[in-house]
Amino acid sequence: MVATRAALDDVWDWLSKVPDPEIPVISVVDLGIIRDVAWQGDTLEVTVTPTYSGCPATAVINMEIENALRARGIDRITLKRQIAPPWTTDWLSDKGRAKLEAYGIAPPRPAGGPARCPHCKADTVERISQFGSTPCKAQWRCTACLEPFDYFKCI
Amino acid sequence: MSVEGLLRLGDNTLVLGQRLSAWCGHAPALEEDIALANIALDLIGQTQLWLGLAAAREGQGRDADALAFHRDAWDFRNLLLVEQPNRDFGVTMMRQFLFDTWHLAALTALTEHADADISAIAQKAVKEVTYHRERSTDTVIALGDGTEESHTRMQSALDRLWPYVGEMFAGDDADLTDMAALRAPFDTHVTATLTEATLVRPASDFAHMGGKTGVRHSEHLGHMLATMQVLPRSYPDAKW
Repeated sequence: MVATRAALDDVWDWLSKVPDPEIPVISVVDLGIIRDVAWQGDTLEVTVTPTYSGCPATAVINMEIENALRARGIDRITLKRQIAPPWTTDWLSDKGRAKLEAYGIAPPRPAGGPARCPHCKADTVERISQFGSTPCKAQWRCTACLEPFDYFKCI
Repeated sequence: MSVEGLLRLGDNTLVLGQRLSAWCGHAPALEEDIALANIALDLIGQTQLWLGLAAAREGQGRDADALAFHRDAWDFRNLLLVEQPNRDFGVTMMRQFLFDTWHLAALTALTEHADADISAIAQKAVKEVTYHRERSTDTVIALGDGTEESHTRMQSALDRLWPYVGEMFAGDDADLTDMAALRAPFDTHVTATLTEATLVRPASDFAHMGGKTGVRHSEHLGHMLATMQVLPRSYPDAKW
């Protein structure tokens, strides 16, 4: 059976095409939640960390990871949940950050707020609420173009 | 040995998460509605981790859902504070502020716990709760130092809930960290916030006890559990 094991580089490549169900413009790899991929005998073990402990997208993400790998002919898969070290937005890839902004979501910044409006790029922004439509986002608005926008919370 | 301490943590987040979820669709503004639902979601997520670990350590074949839905009020180990009814938005936010301030101090201490599973959950939860405390602190200040009406309601909420503060720091051997040691950081943050909010800390530190030991819950818990548990108890084998 060893001969049929897919190369891990290929597995990472396939996973990089699995979209986040809530923010489909970025992949689960961009999001930084795939912590490891390894063969244990003839079983592929994928280590996944949740973004927020109560994020309802977690179950959907796990299902999509399994489906994507099965579609590539991998039948034996185990998903391992790892909560420490806890997920941080530092693990978001640069590519992911750029895609977020292009999609209209300001990427996270350690300074605690968006650098600029993802729409008109003005730096005159203010917070509406610390929370938003998903656990990972907050609501901000631009005082130049007056558009509200999502900010990906920095944690 | 650690099961009782794990139940205390998981029951706190479960009961408060359930309380907050009742605001969904009813909060005074859309942003507040979304915020309360998100905080409830974080707390229920943390519940799955704490009660999941409690069930595993207990080793009786139960899981987090079995603990949440198939125990009665006297089996719950949550603080009396979190089972208090939502009442108005002021009471809800004051309850949240008092709990968040204790919760953050407790989780911070638990990140250093010798048990790797306990430390891992605390490391995960502390990030979420840092955010909760920031928000409830801002809200207490805004409403306390707001209009005459909001100030009166926040002072009344503080007076009503203060007798439930003492239980958070009354420790025993079942606790996973020294609760009495959390009182100083709690007092520092609460005093600074209340001053800024122009609210007066009640003079008496009288404390109701009996939630975390399960000896004497208030009558409110049973009513809440009846709503929360009715579906899985009526249809115990139902699956999503």
